[in-house]
Amino acid sequence: MSEVVQPASLALAVSRPKTAPFDWRRAVPLLLAAPLLVYMLVFYALPVAAMLLRSVNDPSWTLANYAILFEDVVFQKTFWITINTSVTVTLGCLILGYPVAMGLVRAKSMAPFILVIILLPFWTSVLVRSYAWMVLLGRHGLVNEALIALGMIERPIRILNTPLATQIAMIHILLPYMILPIANALRQIDPSLIRAASGLGATPFMTFRQVILPLSMSGMAAGTLLTFVLALGFYITPAMVGGPRDITLSMLIAQQVDQLNWAYAATLSAVLLATALAILAMARKLPGVGNAFKTSMR
Amino acid sequence: MRLMRILPASIVSLILFFLAFPIVVVAIVSFSSATYLTFPPPAFGLRWYEAFFSNPDWLKPTWVSIWVACAVVVLATFLGTLAALGIARLPKALRVVAAGLILSPLIVPGIVVAIGIYYAYSRYGLVGTPIAMVLAHTCLAVPFVVTSVTASLSGIDPRLEQAALSLGATPGATFFQVTLPLIQPGVLVGALFAFITSFDELIVALFISGTGAVTLPRRMWDDLRFQIDPTIAAVSTLTIVLTAALMGAAHFLRKRAEQNRMATSSAAP
Repeated sequence: MSEVVQPASLALAVSRPKTAPFDWRRAVPLLLAAPLLVYMLVFYALPVAAMLLRSVNDPSWTLANYAILFEDVVFQKTFWITINTSVTVTLGCLILGYPVAMGLVRAKSMAPFILVIILLPFWTSVLVRSYAWMVLLGRHGLVNEALIALGMIERPIRILNTPLATQIAMIHILLPYMILPIANALRQIDPSLIRAASGLGATPFMTFRQVILPLSMSGMAAGTLLTFVLALGFYITPAMVGGPRDITLSMLIAQQVDQLNWAYAATLSAVLLATALAILAMARKLPGVGNAFKTSMR
Repeated sequence: MRLMRILPASIVSLILFFLAFPIVVVAIVSFSSATYLTFPPPAFGLRWYEAFFSNPDWLKPTWVSIWVACAVVVLATFLGTLAALGIARLPKALRVVAAGLILSPLIVPGIVVAIGIYYAYSRYGLVGTPIAMVLAHTCLAVPFVVTSVTASLSGIDPRLEQAALSLGATPGATFFQVTLPLIQPGVLVGALFAFITSFDELIVALFISGTGAVTLPRRMWDDLRFQIDPTIAAVSTLTIVLTAALMGAAHFLRKRAEQNRMATSSAAP
């Protein structure tokens, strides 16, 4: 059979050595990435997707779970608390983060020292940092003792297990996520622009308002969005230092899972995830944010 | 005019104090000699460290955490480095999808990941096993490995690999003798991040560690429900020192790699 070689298959056999190695090399990148992609699908993406599916197929294919959820008073209250907390925390981080970012960029010999102070809490786990605030804000904690010593209050006040405690601890935890993108943007400002502004007679405040602030806007936007999205999903901190009745979406989800109410938990998860993704999708539309985002994630 | 200079500096110092102070307080409390939580401590001592190191209820979860984290480092660094090498050369559309899948654990809220994993793993009887912890933590650690290796890959001069190939090196030899040494700092940084990600992780552990694979953060969480005795301060201080040392090492490695890269690129004509 092999003796009778058709011209067409001969041509194929001749041309194969030219194309085959080329095809093989093109497949290499995919072969390298494939093990991880399959791993992530099997152990992470499909599990999450299967769980989320419960929001539309429990008890049967329906969107009723979403209709029920949006009518639910508990959900409405929780959603509002979560958004409210995230907005407060993000604003707090912006107000406290901007001066530190400027200090970090402007400092010369002190810069490594400032960076360590920013990074040390950043590297400490959320659990440990929340515990630190439990120690500080407790009934006989340092903050209460200090306020009494200063004569500002007479008896210990309740700070731990209030929304205020959640906000303070979350600002502390998320602050580096705000500082680093802003510092990145500030670092990229051409110093000659600032010299030019003051050379032309601008006061330091005018230089800040009209040159530095607009040019650091992309860093502020990136930091704000990153902080807000991370704040939306917070679970450990509000559960540890927050009030028993001020539950966030994440806490409500955990509660529903404990009660094996999977349809409700999945619907809540889908809403939380969609909110986070919608904010990130908006972020990509803002000029300059995409890049600032990438550099700050590293 | 003096005020204009001093005011910003003092505001920045105050905020930095706010950042550092809680951590410092935990460290100080851990050396307290008191039997209850009080600040400032009446005297200093190591009793809470002794309490930690002599209690199997604390030591066992510590070992579980260390073993899980080490397994995660091996799995995540291997899969992540391989994938980073491939993703950089994928066609754009495919690259965006692959990067989206791999990086998504950074943005998907922790609770959503945790209950999704709990939902699926419990069907296969994995809940409460160290294997489940390793499988789940690897997903969370992989984004750090991939970003770190990708960053060091993008800094490589492509002419180095081309030169090796054109001088007759096989693709395998080129990889092991040229590419791998060049990305080695990135791989190492990724491995350190992977370790810390697993070692510090709590939300997934809350759902899937069960009773058979209680990790250190899970043990701390359980303890905090009942009391906040200074043993947790001692454990916290130990983990702060460990993570700060590893992260500091990662930071140093990355800085040095950047400097090397700048030095070599400026040396080239």
